[in-house]
Amino acid sequence: MRIDARELHYRELNRQIREAVAGGETRFELANVNGQRYIGDGIQGEKVQIDIEGVPGNDLGAFMDGPTVRVRGNAQDAVANTMNAGRIVVEGRAGDVLGYGMRGGELFVRGKVGYRVGIHMKAYRGRMPVVVAGGTAGDFLGEYMAGGMLVVLGLERQDGEPLIGDWCGTGMHGGVIYVRGEVDPRLVASKFASMGPAEEKDREDMRPHVEAFCETFSLDVEEALAGAFVRMAAISHRPYGAKYAV
Amino acid sequence: MSDSGFDRDRRSVSGCGLSGMMSLTGERVTGEAIRDSIAILHERSNGLGGGFAAYGMYPHRKDQFALHIMYYGAEAQGQAEAVLGEAFDVLHDERIPTRPNPGVVDPPDLMRYFVLPPAGKLEESGMSAEDYVLARVMRVNSEIPDAFVFSSGKNMGAFKAVGYAEDIADFFRLEEYEAYIWIAHGRFPTNTPGWWAGAHPFTLLDWAVVHNGEISSYGINKRYLEMFGYQCTMRTDTEVMAYLLDLLIRRHGLPVEVACDVLAAPFWEQIERMPEEKQRLYTMLRQVYGSALVNGPFAIIFARDGEMVGVNDRIKLRPLVAARKDKWLYISSEEAGIRGMCPEPDLVWAPRAGQPVIGRLGSDVVVGEPGVGETAGMGQEVPSG
Repeated sequence: MRIDARELHYRELNRQIREAVAGGETRFELANVNGQRYIGDGIQGEKVQIDIEGVPGNDLGAFMDGPTVRVRGNAQDAVANTMNAGRIVVEGRAGDVLGYGMRGGELFVRGKVGYRVGIHMKAYRGRMPVVVAGGTAGDFLGEYMAGGMLVVLGLERQDGEPLIGDWCGTGMHGGVIYVRGEVDPRLVASKFASMGPAEEKDREDMRPHVEAFCETFSLDVEEALAGAFVRMAAISHRPYGAKYAV
Repeated sequence: MSDSGFDRDRRSVSGCGLSGMMSLTGERVTGEAIRDSIAILHERSNGLGGGFAAYGMYPHRKDQFALHIMYYGAEAQGQAEAVLGEAFDVLHDERIPTRPNPGVVDPPDLMRYFVLPPAGKLEESGMSAEDYVLARVMRVNSEIPDAFVFSSGKNMGAFKAVGYAEDIADFFRLEEYEAYIWIAHGRFPTNTPGWWAGAHPFTLLDWAVVHNGEISSYGINKRYLEMFGYQCTMRTDTEVMAYLLDLLIRRHGLPVEVACDVLAAPFWEQIERMPEEKQRLYTMLRQVYGSALVNGPFAIIFARDGEMVGVNDRIKLRPLVAARKDKWLYISSEEAGIRGMCPEPDLVWAPRAGQPVIGRLGSDVVVGEPGVGETAGMGQEVPSG
């Protein structure tokens, strides 16, 4: 099903998608999308595929449970908010608070990602959310992270461009962050997160996700995995415990 | 302040939408593109306020101060015009042209005046023309209950109302004006009431600022500004932003980059990491201008003659995206907003927290553009200017 989204309000666009899904439609091509929010939100079903040409609005794929979304352009803020299952692929860059409270599925962004990526991501009953960024990330990567995996590959980086921003892992109490390359320890919130080299076991954990990422964007997986990674993990599962406990 | 029968106390919660566009060569375009951009950001506002500012729009009277004033009642108009008549040579006055729009209700009387301070009175006052005008604007806004000067610069003008921004553009017939900088705001008021004078942009002289966020340091900023003769009368936190810019940049002569480092100062732990000389500068800025630090989440776009700037708070709690296309600079809360005014930008980027994006008339180099000019924000070089 092809929908021309030009001048179409998000409510109407999303109503058409929901009704078509309920009627058994599985393939969607959305053209001329610009800023329509909540696309794919709450849609269930692993067979559903949504192709988006343009820039979808905030909260793309929120509460989504199973579908695959591919954005042939950039995405904005709060992609994969509280997503349950499925895959979101962004061919360009994406904005802030990606994967907010995400509890399953995958988010692959080819380019840079913004601030607070993976904020309060969590693993949930055997589900493990994964966010892979091909470019670099902004400040507060993995803020309040409770579970799941964040991978920053830093491909095609400009000279002197930092891989991640300040205050990485602030409030972190679970999950794991992998960054390919060297990270200035001052960028990591040392009260909450420890940093060390990624070991062989880490590379094994990461590999299937990086492979899927590379396959999605036709990239060379060995190149994407070349060189050393660092690993950030929570120091405590209850970092604020002492603050509130009597 | 009197109760004028319009609802100043409706409140609601969420974010606002911002857009700005600037021709770096001074090419002037109508208000249609900026209207289309802010219309894309409709979901970021709730109909309780919107507005625009345009630069280069009064070329035939470019050396005169253009005062836009809203009145609730003939008495306020009489009082304000008495102040203007006494203080200025009023070279021209007219109603601001509008057309009825169902989304813009109960408009006040909207007038504009082109004025100059008479040479004799200006000399007698010992003030610059700008400070002379500022003092009269403050007087009207603080002493005449139902009159509000909402624009007072040269060759620029602000237009604002209660309603959705795209309806307000239609109401004020912005397709009939041409400007080389346009900034726009769609409002979603949080802690302050939605009313006409409280809509954005906030202006003073040729400054105009549109803002998304909340200024939790409002009380400190307001008291600090009062020491320099600024009266906060609009019952909205953003007002302090316009006055701080005027104080820091026009009166104290700080470069725009440094003024942004005052508003969105780096944290002490970041200052500690800087090289010694830079550490001294930033320590000094925080010591001297501690009361001008703007705390809380914000993204702003501000402009004056020849310059448009976008900057957000030091931990980026509100979104801001910038783009280039040929000799144009675009800034918006969302990339979709940019594509609303420029469908195919050459380059789109997300500015870092606290690091301004600055477009300057006659310069092809945009400060803050990736790979071009780095800014004075944390970890970057200090500007020489």
